[in-house]
Amino acid sequence: MIDRKHIGAATEEVSIEVELSQLRLFCQATGETNPVFFDADAARAAGHETIPTPPTYPQTLLNLSPFKKNLVLDVIQADLARMLHGEQVFEHHHPIRVGDTIRMRQSVADIYDKKGGALEFIVLETLARNQDDIVCATLKSVAVIRN
Amino acid sequence: MSAHDLSMLEAGDALPTLTAGPITPLTLALFAGGSGDHNPIHVDKAFAASAGFPDVFAHGMLSMAYLGRALTDWAGPAAVRQFGVRFAAITPLGASVACTGRVEAIVEHDGERLAKLALQAAVVDGPVTLVGEALVRIG
Repeated sequence: MIDRKHIGAATEEVSIEVELSQLRLFCQATGETNPVFFDADAARAAGHETIPTPPTYPQTLLNLSPFKKNLVLDVIQADLARMLHGEQVFEHHHPIRVGDTIRMRQSVADIYDKKGGALEFIVLETLARNQDDIVCATLKSVAVIRN
Repeated sequence: MSAHDLSMLEAGDALPTLTAGPITPLTLALFAGGSGDHNPIHVDKAFAASAGFPDVFAHGMLSMAYLGRALTDWAGPAAVRQFGVRFAAITPLGASVACTGRVEAIVEHDGERLAKLALQAAVVDGPVTLVGEALVRIG
């Protein structure tokens, strides 16, 4: 069983640049064909100041954020081989665009179990703010551990 | 349906279905690099076997990204206000994924007109893999 003492654990706040080359690779990997997401001229022609990012892209920025320790693998020390992704929620408050510097901080919001401990759930919440201190997005992930 | 038609939306209207795939090992290698999710269960067959799976399987977030494409194709790149899914089943190699959505209601929030959508991804001729909902600005 995962020690419930980890509820409330949090990362430091780290910064990550929203880089066009990474976004292009994400678009290639997801079959994205709308040039607004990878061509600055197309983005401007569609009325965007600069290139916007797709709605699940905050998770990519989170995955690539240079935290000293990964909350799930290093702090909680959950077994990756027994872990599945249970739920994912994004709330978007302000656009995240290429050229932004996003600051990420993740915390363990809850840990609970079902089926007499056969399944454990780790609820992670992340706040993503930009260089102007505007909250751009909140992320909630639920990891499921099969015991 | 182009973005400027969304003012005429009604509950019950469907989004255009987006179908992606078939998902190959290359798809998953690209998504591992593209998304920064390097979990070996999606790219390393030996690791997947050690975890009790017959083969690697797709990242749930890949199908969520496909659903995201369905949303932004329909409503524009910056219209999604909230987007959540529950991962209901694993998406195996070789699967094509069909993303569908339906308008549940039209609501107002913070001066914006939003469509509340029920969303689903499913393996073509297979199980439902993601069940979700979204709030998307339509005016």
